[in-house]
Amino acid sequence: MSLRRFILKRILAIIPILFGVSVITFALVHLTPGDPIDQMIGLNPDITPADEAQLRARYGLDGAIWEQYLTWISNILVGDFGEVVYSGRDVSSIIMLRLPETIALGIFGWVFALGIAIPTGVYAAVNKDKFGDTVSRFVALSGISIPNFWLGLMLILIMALWLGLWPVLAPSRLPLYHPEMLWFLILPGVTIGTAAAASIMRVMRTSMAEEMNKEYVTAARAKGLPERTVVLKHVLRNSLISVVTLAATLTAGIVSGSIVVEVVFNWPGLGREFINAINRREVNMIMAITLFTGVAIIIANLVADILYAVLDPRIRYD
Amino acid sequence: MTETKDISAGRGRIQVTGFDPERVTDREPLSDWTEDTGAGTQNRWRRGLKRFVRNRSAMIGVVIVSIMSLLAIFARPIEFFGFVIQPFAIAPYEPTTILYLQDPTVNVYDPPSWGHPMGIDGSGRDLFSRILYGGRYSLSIGFVVVGLTASVGLVYGGISGYYGGWVDEIMMRIVDTIYAFPGIVLALIIVAILGGGYWQLVLAFSLFGWNGYARLVRGEVLKVKQNEYVLAAKALGARDRSVIFRHILPNAMPPLLVLASLSIGTVVIGVAALGFLGLGMPPGTAEWGTMLDATRETLIQGPDGRIPWWATVYPGVAIFIFVMSMNMIGDGVNDALDAQETGAGEQAGGV
Repeated sequence: MSLRRFILKRILAIIPILFGVSVITFALVHLTPGDPIDQMIGLNPDITPADEAQLRARYGLDGAIWEQYLTWISNILVGDFGEVVYSGRDVSSIIMLRLPETIALGIFGWVFALGIAIPTGVYAAVNKDKFGDTVSRFVALSGISIPNFWLGLMLILIMALWLGLWPVLAPSRLPLYHPEMLWFLILPGVTIGTAAAASIMRVMRTSMAEEMNKEYVTAARAKGLPERTVVLKHVLRNSLISVVTLAATLTAGIVSGSIVVEVVFNWPGLGREFINAINRREVNMIMAITLFTGVAIIIANLVADILYAVLDPRIRYD
Repeated sequence: MTETKDISAGRGRIQVTGFDPERVTDREPLSDWTEDTGAGTQNRWRRGLKRFVRNRSAMIGVVIVSIMSLLAIFARPIEFFGFVIQPFAIAPYEPTTILYLQDPTVNVYDPPSWGHPMGIDGSGRDLFSRILYGGRYSLSIGFVVVGLTASVGLVYGGISGYYGGWVDEIMMRIVDTIYAFPGIVLALIIVAILGGGYWQLVLAFSLFGWNGYARLVRGEVLKVKQNEYVLAAKALGARDRSVIFRHILPNAMPPLLVLASLSIGTVVIGVAALGFLGLGMPPGTAEWGTMLDATRETLIQGPDGRIPWWATVYPGVAIFIFVMSMNMIGDGVNDALDAQETGAGEQAGGV
């Protein structure tokens, strides 16, 4: 199978999944007993049933459930995610405002994870079963076991309150592209990236140690290549493939991690918006963010699959 | 054969003649068989258990998890419909007792002292008692959810993999769809619908949590299905149900067990995260995540200007130690059952 056919096949395979994702999102949210209209009416006793029906019609909350679904999905396909009842603003404009914040956090998390995990993983594999390896394994195990929101709280407590390296709250929030924001990105970014770093480190160590026993390594050594070249050019490259297989899972972890971490650091991204939407029962917003999450993870899976097929051509012939 | 053999009984048998026991050499020492290789064919589970017991970090995990479970059970007496079924009380106070009402020397956010080894929380309750008691929620939800989801996933994946064809196609499309959502997002929405509470949390993590197990079991079943003994069982007229449950699923168990033991920590962190977001147990419950939520406002500054670090540190340490021990057990199970190549051994961390 050529690479192009493989990619095409994968893309076609996600179409039913996208449909399923939209159905689950819609079904879950519409099982909610109270919608925002109920909350609005609860506050105002003067509203007649006719007004209520009008309100429901305005926000697309009348009609049979499948009709509502069709209206919703056809609006989404043209980029209309509906309105926030609470403030009357467009859901899509809020998402466009919040999305870059979350993406910046995610990218920082990824960079941190790879930057820490790959060197440590290589070090642990080369020094397998020595003291340094034991220590780094223990640290990695701690990294996957620590609850990310608590890690965030601890970082605030230690770095901001005790060491005073960061102001606890940014004095005034600058726009995201401002270079000074990089400084405020560090704590939440590290919090989000820790679990991923620990997972990658564990996988790197295992797969490198496995690769080190293969014959091509012996051959390379016998050829007289310096150990450095053997490890960094030959073994590392093959072990990175196993990191790619983990990439989709880790992206899902970073996406879900961003929800809690944004709340901890009061980071104005999609995750914090999601929690606000849940607390206010903002149906349109909940659905939009849930859908976004699902699509992001599907795309991450697709990219990981393709990357994997590019790096390891054997996979295409399955 | 005896002297009084019946000729007819020997009819049709191959007669071995010229067999001379004197000339047979003992070949046993020539084979590679030793006691150890003999152990290689012994029961896979018994072998796994032996390896697990020898794994030091896994045993440390078992000890810590046992201690924490016992502390949670014996923290306060348990009454069941008026009968005291557990009379011990390790924790000195009820987790909900507001101490300054009885003892005027106690203040809100008192630092750790001999009488209150982990200090006093923001509502004037003894933190040590609350942390011991809080294990009841996190630990039991973790085990219940993993028990439920693993069982559902086992049956679902078993059926899907065994029947194959369009049944498998549809069932796996459903799994793929659920797989596109992080568990915490679905759990958040379910809790938003149902409200917080113990069984709501169990449901929130169980309703979709089975899909990882289903995927894993299906893969294993596809592999096991190729074996001749499955074909033999079918040829002998075994029903589908008995082939699945007696021949296929027992072989798919080891990777399932690995995944389950590694998932308990993830569920416990998830429950705590929901509690921290204020969407778990009702406010004021001694659940670890909820306790962290209660002290969020005062992390930066306590009532008299000090930082009440103990209220944030100790509940988190409890979650961390439990999850870490569970992961040590999970790694041990993984090594013991040698499930590395099944892909079940690596988990994603965090929430």
